[in-house]
Amino acid sequence: MSTVAPGAVTGRIHSWDLSTGVDGPGTRFVLFVNGCPLRCLYCANPDTWHMRDGKKATVDEVAAEIGKYRDFVAAAGGGVTVTGGEPLLQPAFTAAVLRRCKEAGLHTALDTSGFLGARASDALLADTDLVLLDIKSFDVTTYRKLTGGALAPTLDFATRLDRMGKRMWIRYVLVPGWTDGDDAVDGLAGFLSGLESVERVDILPFHKLGAAKYDTLEIPFPLRDTPVPDRTLVERVRDRFRRRGLVAH
Amino acid sequence: MTATVTAGPRTADAWRQFAGSGWRQRIDVRDFIQANYTPYEGDASFLAGPTDRTRAVWEKVSALFPEERRRGVLDVDAATPSTITSHAPGYIDRDRELIVGLQTDAPLKRAIMPNGGLRMVENSLKAYGYAPDPFVTKVFGTYRKTHNDGVFDAYTPAMRAARKAGIITGLPDAYGRGRIIGDYRRVALYGTDRLIEAKRAERARLDTLPSTADVIRDREELAEQIRALGELTEMAATYGCVISRPATTAHEAVQWLYLGYLAAVKEQNGAAMSLGRTSTFLDVYLQRDLDEDILDERRAQELIDDFVIKLRIVRFLRTPEYDALFSGDPTWVTESIGGIGADGRPLVTRTSFRFLQTLYNLGPAPEPNLTVLWSPRLPAGFKTFCAQVSIDTSAVQYESDELLRPHTGDDTAIACCVSAMAVGRQMQFFGARVNLAKALLYAVNGGRDEMTGEQITPAAPPLTGEYLDYDELTAAYDRILDWLAETYVDALNVIHYMHDKYAYERIEMALHDHPVHRFMACGIAGLSVAVDSLSAVKHARVRTIRDTTGLAVDFKTEGDFPAYGNNDDRVDALAVDLVETFMAKVREHPTYRDAEHTQSVLTITSNVVYGKHTGNTPDGRRAGQPFAPGANPMNGRDRHGVAASALSVAKLPYEAARDGISLTTTITPEGLGHVPEERAGHLVGILDAYMFAGGYHMNVNVLDRAVLEDAMEHPEKYPELTIRVSGYAVNFVRLTREQQLDVISRTFHGSL
Repeated sequence: MSTVAPGAVTGRIHSWDLSTGVDGPGTRFVLFVNGCPLRCLYCANPDTWHMRDGKKATVDEVAAEIGKYRDFVAAAGGGVTVTGGEPLLQPAFTAAVLRRCKEAGLHTALDTSGFLGARASDALLADTDLVLLDIKSFDVTTYRKLTGGALAPTLDFATRLDRMGKRMWIRYVLVPGWTDGDDAVDGLAGFLSGLESVERVDILPFHKLGAAKYDTLEIPFPLRDTPVPDRTLVERVRDRFRRRGLVAH
Repeated sequence: MTATVTAGPRTADAWRQFAGSGWRQRIDVRDFIQANYTPYEGDASFLAGPTDRTRAVWEKVSALFPEERRRGVLDVDAATPSTITSHAPGYIDRDRELIVGLQTDAPLKRAIMPNGGLRMVENSLKAYGYAPDPFVTKVFGTYRKTHNDGVFDAYTPAMRAARKAGIITGLPDAYGRGRIIGDYRRVALYGTDRLIEAKRAERARLDTLPSTADVIRDREELAEQIRALGELTEMAATYGCVISRPATTAHEAVQWLYLGYLAAVKEQNGAAMSLGRTSTFLDVYLQRDLDEDILDERRAQELIDDFVIKLRIVRFLRTPEYDALFSGDPTWVTESIGGIGADGRPLVTRTSFRFLQTLYNLGPAPEPNLTVLWSPRLPAGFKTFCAQVSIDTSAVQYESDELLRPHTGDDTAIACCVSAMAVGRQMQFFGARVNLAKALLYAVNGGRDEMTGEQITPAAPPLTGEYLDYDELTAAYDRILDWLAETYVDALNVIHYMHDKYAYERIEMALHDHPVHRFMACGIAGLSVAVDSLSAVKHARVRTIRDTTGLAVDFKTEGDFPAYGNNDDRVDALAVDLVETFMAKVREHPTYRDAEHTQSVLTITSNVVYGKHTGNTPDGRRAGQPFAPGANPMNGRDRHGVAASALSVAKLPYEAARDGISLTTTITPEGLGHVPEERAGHLVGILDAYMFAGGYHMNVNVLDRAVLEDAMEHPEKYPELTIRVSGYAVNFVRLTREQQLDVISRTFHGSL
């Protein structure tokens, strides 16, 4: 048992931002935490991989910053999204931030790969109104190649969330040659159509806007030569999800 | 067509089915609207598209635009000083037009208005390759003094020096002051006979008073107003319209109202010639005709489309210097739409939608300057439509009805960009603005100009330390601002005295009550530069770099400092303080005709010119670099998205800037959400939240930077590309190249 007061729990954060319609509903305060167990080849935020690169912040400090936007995001039909990095790499900190948001009456969203879903306590999830679950691939081999991790924990997490009745928006990054195969897409669509709590699937076209960060960090960007998907491909994949009765954007 | 407009039923027929009595006893359009309008809470699905007739008229006149853009002006009548009755009737397409009337005898042909200043007319003519007319030169050079001449007779050396140095700038001493909104609705509701009768009654009350200078001036002005109403009636008759009596149909109501406005733009080339708040007034007439089956939705929309075509082609002859300040040939035909009534009913009607619909029916355009008076309490269907129009056209601006209504009531309209006034009851003396960033440099340099080294203020001790000391700097700044406020208000008094004397707005003032409430509309520019500079001195260390005469010409900043635009109170509080401080200083000085002091935080496009005339500043901005527009954070320094940026601006107190606080925002389409269908809802949320937070004004652009870059290279591909700058909209391709680059360098709030 920790004796630290919840407000004094310290996390490692990268930054915060306000965004609209891309990190959950409405205009939201988005907290980026540092540290991620995966190494997705298309990652747009390599500067959030390591916890040690983040700056220390207490829950009180983060809550004070969120407090400045409370009325704004509430009026704008939004809330707070914790993303990263991987928020579940710092489960106590993430849980404490979400708790504070709920105390402030704010809508909360957790953006996660689900790889560390087992670390999300029931209390943490009770304070989470919406899970933005990033499923990187439905093919076990591709998943490992693409992320360096295993697929199973994410699917287990999705199943657990569904049993709890927790609202989910699935995020699927579409990378030509990696995640556009019909079988993998159909497999995922089939899996998701069995989950009642999945409200929608957002197909996010792969982009290279993070490439400059790789240059700054002097690490190679593995997908530098991979093309971004064209409109037709994005629509085709959306349609395959829709065919399973899913809402896909 | 015009024949049907001239049939002459009596007033009783004109007012058939209208309710209420107060407006019948006295001139009171607001009372008429409140007693008769039909709020509309539905969505946009009822709207009609353009008819073949509308397309034909619009195509005929818009075919002239490329040539006008190429030459700067399409044509000028250089020989006829413009008055209400100076020109023969003009038409775009006489057989097809529903609403008639042009400023001169041909579309886009500009008139001269030498009352403001002969030299400006001559310079404008020369700039576009026209020879000044010898007769005009003789009359206005020999017999008839102009506003400009009068001002320079009465300016003091201190005013001249401040003006030349550019610390007080953009003053309406060489162009029409504008920003006066005639209540053009009165022409439709009452007809000019009744308006003249009411003016005579006002005049008669003055006849019992002793003839002091003020009373004599009022009597003369009322006599001019009555004369102008007569000329308006005469001008209307040349178009076959008998406007001495009230309008009997919606068609006549639109026509009568427009003729009132037309008289104003025939006689005055004010910087902003705003229309007022006409859509819900006109809706009463349109709704009555719809109920009587005199017209259908298609026809109702046609009338508004045709009216808007006329408003889009208002033109003035202006100098290249003017264009550098206010780029893109703006006329600020501002129409205020929406808002909530004092009784809580939304003032949104179907015609509020119809005005916005013109941006689809005729394509996007900068004029009229469509301004939505926003409240979170507006009906959802209207809010969503406004947001969708913004996303599709970037042609709409928003002002907080919740801030306006308690001060200027529920019949408030915006003049120009952000200047509020009760229609027909209040007017303002437009006062341009002072350069607060330059003033800060004067504080450092003891009142010497950082560009020229000249002593502009009375000599004061400069700051001599190697590093700027915050307390020393703010004390010196306070003294400079004292001098600036005094010199500024004094100069404005001179300008408006002379404008009233030599270029009085007869017809616009004829459509106001007497006596009218006047505002002295001061303004400030360079707020974010001044504030970030103060923040740098306070939170980091700023070393001065001096030339051989001891003039601080550059600064080196060591360490980080918080920048305005990130919802950070450490610096936002400095902005609030500066706005309040300058307002308090302005209020210390008496005004011409006891006008009520106000100020705006607004630059229009002059942020580029002000920046050009201001040296290096302690915030790291380089000499000559544009300021941010209006109350905007400096380009690129607002790093946490549109909400954080807007919240910093929303902290500026409206009480200390009653003439408006302008925020121009650019969001990429993706920045409003991943799913296109959800974007309008998201923009509604942002506007609601901004106004809840006390935000006053937001220009909304929804654009990708790449589109603007392409438009710079290939202007011919983007004839309609419209963007909101500071308080008005322009055709992007008509901005100067410098201003295009400024717009592109601004913060685009994206989705990453």
